[in-house]
Amino acid sequence: MTFINYASREINCKIVYYGPGLCGKTTNIQWIHEQANPEKRGKLVSLATETDRTLFFDFLPLDMGTVKGFKVRFHLYTVPGQVFYDASRKLILRGCDGVIFVADSQRPRMEANIEAIANLATNLKDNGFDIRTIPYVLQLNKRDMPTSEKVDEMERLLRFRNEPMIEGIANQGVGVIETLKACARQILMELQRS
Amino acid sequence: MSKLDLVMFEEEFKQLQDIIGRLQKDASAKVVFLVDKNGQQIASAGEVHSIDATSLASLTAGNVAATDGLAKLIGEKEFSLLFHEGEKDNLHISIVGKRGILVVIFDQGSSLALVRLRVKKASRELSEIFERVETRAHEESGPGTKFESPFSEITDDDIDKLFGD
Repeated sequence: MTFINYASREINCKIVYYGPGLCGKTTNIQWIHEQANPEKRGKLVSLATETDRTLFFDFLPLDMGTVKGFKVRFHLYTVPGQVFYDASRKLILRGCDGVIFVADSQRPRMEANIEAIANLATNLKDNGFDIRTIPYVLQLNKRDMPTSEKVDEMERLLRFRNEPMIEGIANQGVGVIETLKACARQILMELQRS
Repeated sequence: MSKLDLVMFEEEFKQLQDIIGRLQKDASAKVVFLVDKNGQQIASAGEVHSIDATSLASLTAGNVAATDGLAKLIGEKEFSLLFHEGEKDNLHISIVGKRGILVVIFDQGSSLALVRLRVKKASRELSEIFERVETRAHEESGPGTKFESPFSEITDDDIDKLFGD
């Protein structure tokens, strides 16, 4: 649900990073935070456990510049990936404008990826969204790992709606901005239609 | 879009701003924020520069969402009021209408009773405005509406520019 404020001429969009535990959701937004112009980024808020696992969410506000005279601001959220935090994951999807699914390329994690997409579909539905129509991007993260699954095979297992699919190595920043951009493009194009 | 967007026009925004400005004075509060349940700040009044308003909005919404989840677990519809007491400053959080959250920060210069009293009145007025915004959104989401979005002509170039390409 985009918030368009005509008085302050601002558009606010919420993008959620989803995916199985330890797939690199937080790493994605940490990298964006480190690279972003300090004047344009807000504070990175992380509600994490003592061992740096996301407990509730990470949050990063980003000022992107202007479109048609409106300031565009993205609010990036990550969900906790661990299975037992499902109630929190559902809450964070509330009112989102787009979802980035971060898949872990390591072969032993394929089942976790598939389960997480099924879980995303359920939680989106509970929030009144449809996984087949919401702005959505698939990122294949950790492409540098020795046990990486082939891209073709990951595509066969995880890609289901011709969504943009981007290869990434989030801790080196590879594919991070491209992924965000692919999602932003869909959200803004959606605004055009609505 | 599967959910209606929240579109706020100048006039409504000014009304919201007036109400929370008045609330801040009447309740002798330090700061008052109005945020939406998805974590976006709508309006503010008082010593706003001393606080990271964007983080406050997002954490408040997270807090309300989590408390909402707790309420449902024990069979309640919602907890409409949250109060956090600090050594110096206190936080009074209440739900306004279907999608608003009112956050009042106050110190010993005020009291919980006064804040509650003033919030009650302001909430009623704010709810009415939210309802108007909602009704209009419904009317305009139908076919043949007069309202034309300024984003009807967004191009790929516009989006590339946002990312500095």
